[in-house]
Amino acid sequence: MPILEGQGVTKNFGGLAAVSNVDFHVGQGEIAGLIGPNGAGKTTLFNLISAAHPLSSGVIRFKGQKLNGLKPHQICRMGVARTFQEIKLFGNMPVFQNVLVGAFFGTPTRISAADAAREANQALEFVGMSAMTATLVQDLTLVNQKRVEVARALATRPELLLLDEMMAGLNTAEVSEAMELVTKIRDKGITIFMVEHVMKAIMGICERVMVLHHGEKIAEGTPQEIVTNKEVIEIYLGEETRAAS
Amino acid sequence: MDITVFKSKKLVVVGLVLLILIWLATSPLYASSSNIRLLSTILMYIILAVSWAMFSGPTGYMSLAPAAFFGVGIYTAAFLYARGSPLLPLPAVIVAACAISFVIALLVGLVTLRLKGIYFAIFSFGLIVLLGLIVQYWENQIIGRRGQHVVAEGTETVFYVMLAILVATLLVAYFLRRSRWGMAMLSIGGNEEAATHMGVNTTMVKVFTFAISATFMGAVGAIMATRWIYVDPSTAFNPMYSFMPVLMAVFGGMGQLYGPVLGAAVFAYLERILRREFPAYYMIVFGVILIIVVLFLPGGLVGLIPKLRDRLRGVIAKLRKGGQTEQHANT
Repeated sequence: MPILEGQGVTKNFGGLAAVSNVDFHVGQGEIAGLIGPNGAGKTTLFNLISAAHPLSSGVIRFKGQKLNGLKPHQICRMGVARTFQEIKLFGNMPVFQNVLVGAFFGTPTRISAADAAREANQALEFVGMSAMTATLVQDLTLVNQKRVEVARALATRPELLLLDEMMAGLNTAEVSEAMELVTKIRDKGITIFMVEHVMKAIMGICERVMVLHHGEKIAEGTPQEIVTNKEVIEIYLGEETRAAS
Repeated sequence: MDITVFKSKKLVVVGLVLLILIWLATSPLYASSSNIRLLSTILMYIILAVSWAMFSGPTGYMSLAPAAFFGVGIYTAAFLYARGSPLLPLPAVIVAACAISFVIALLVGLVTLRLKGIYFAIFSFGLIVLLGLIVQYWENQIIGRRGQHVVAEGTETVFYVMLAILVATLLVAYFLRRSRWGMAMLSIGGNEEAATHMGVNTTMVKVFTFAISATFMGAVGAIMATRWIYVDPSTAFNPMYSFMPVLMAVFGGMGQLYGPVLGAAVFAYLERILRREFPAYYMIVFGVILIIVVLFLPGGLVGLIPKLRDRLRGVIAKLRKGGQTEQHANT
C-alpha cells in the first residue's frame, strides 16, 4: 500500500483549475519527484496534501487515512512534514528555537522539554547545522536557511517529507550536498516527495517522477522514461516542428 | 560557573521583585491617600499594558481591544455591584468580570482572529464602539436611565485588589512567556503559515491567549468601577484605555516582561505630572515622547539597557587600553 495516494485531486481557484483530477501515489520509502513548468500546479498539490488549501474535490489518503477536512497542524502531527518554496522560517527566533517549535508541536503525543531539545539538536546535527544553533535565521545564507527548514521539518518526526524546490538557488556543490542529504533522510526511513526544477537532482536521486502540466498529470515513470517522453520534451522545449521551422 | 552566575542573577531578580511587592503592599501604612490613588492608577495601567503585551507582543496581532474588555469589566460591576443592591460580594464580582471578559473574548476571537494585520486592528477597535453602543442602547431603550451607580470601595481596598490582580497578571505573563505555549505564540508572530504546518494549533493558541489577556482587562475594569462610583458608556468604553496600554508597552519595550511594566509605570506617572503642570499641553508632550521612542528606541526603554551596557563596556575597555598604551609610552 502506498504511504500517500490521491484520487481525482482537484483544486479550483475561481474559474482556474490549478490542479485537475490528478491521481498520484508515493510508495513507502521511496524518493518520488514532481516536476512541471512554472504554474503547473506543483506547489498547489503540496498545499493540498498539507492542507494549506482545502480540496475542491477528490480524496487524499495518508497510510490509508483520509486527509480531507483536516487542519495543517493535524496533518503535521500525523507524520507529514514539509518545507516551503520561499523560505518560511520564524524570523524572530534563533536557529535552535526554530527547530524546537517543530519538536514541541509536530508530534501527536506531548513531548517533554528535554526530549524536544534533544530532538532539535539531533535534527540540527543531521543537517550539519549544529555549529550555528544560536544564530538568528535571517543572518544565515540561503543554503543554511534551507537546511534549518529541513531540520525543523525533521524535528516533527515525519514519515513523509514534502520538499518544495529545495535545490532552487543553490550552486552546484550545494546541490550535490543537498542530494546527499535527501538520500540520507530517506535512508532513515522517511519517504520523500519532492518538487524540483533542478534536473540533475531529479535524475540523480528520484526513483519515480510525475509530471504536471496545466494542473494535469501528463506522465509518470522512472527519470529515464520521463526525459525521453515525447510529451514532456515538448512541454519543456516546445514542439519539435516549431523548433525546426 | 556560568550556572552559578545565572542562579545568583535570578535570585537578585526574585529578591528585587519581592522587595517592590512588599513596598507596594505596605505603602498604605505610610503613604497619603492621594498617593495610594496614584499608585492604583499606575497599577491599572501596568495590568492593561502587560495583559495587552501578553497577546499582541509575541503574536504580532495588533489588538486595540483592551478598552472593550476594560468596559466589560466596568459594566459587570455596574450590574452585579450596583449601589444599593449589590448581587454578589466584591471578590465574586471580580471573578465574574474575568469570566465574562474571557467568554466574550473567546467568541470575538473565534470570529476575528482570521483577520490579519491592519484588519484585525480595525476590528478590535470597532469592538470598543460596538460594545459601548450596545450598552448605551440598553440604557436608553430598555432601562431608560443613562449611567449606573456602583458601590464605592475605599482607596485601600481598591489598591489591594489592584495589587492582587497585578500579581496574577505578572505570574500568568511570566509562565506564558516561558512555556511551550509562549513559543507557539512566538512562532505565530514569526510566520503563522509555517507555524501551522509545524503542528501548532494556531487558532486555539491565538483565541485562548486573546481570551486570557482579556480576563485581566475585565478584572481591572471591575475594580476601577468601584472607585469611579458612577459609570456611563462613554467613560467605560473609552478608546484611551486601548491606546494608552499599547503606547506604554511600546514605550517600555516588548522584548522583556518588565518592558511594559516599566513603560506603564513611567508613562502613568508622567501623565499625572504633565496633567498637573501643563494641562493644556500634556498630550503634545506625550506625542513628542512617543515619536522619539519610535524613531530612536525601536526596542523601547528596555532595548536601551543592553545598548547602554555595551557602551559602558566599550568605554571601560577603552580606558583600560588607554592606560596600557600610556604605560607603554612611559617605559
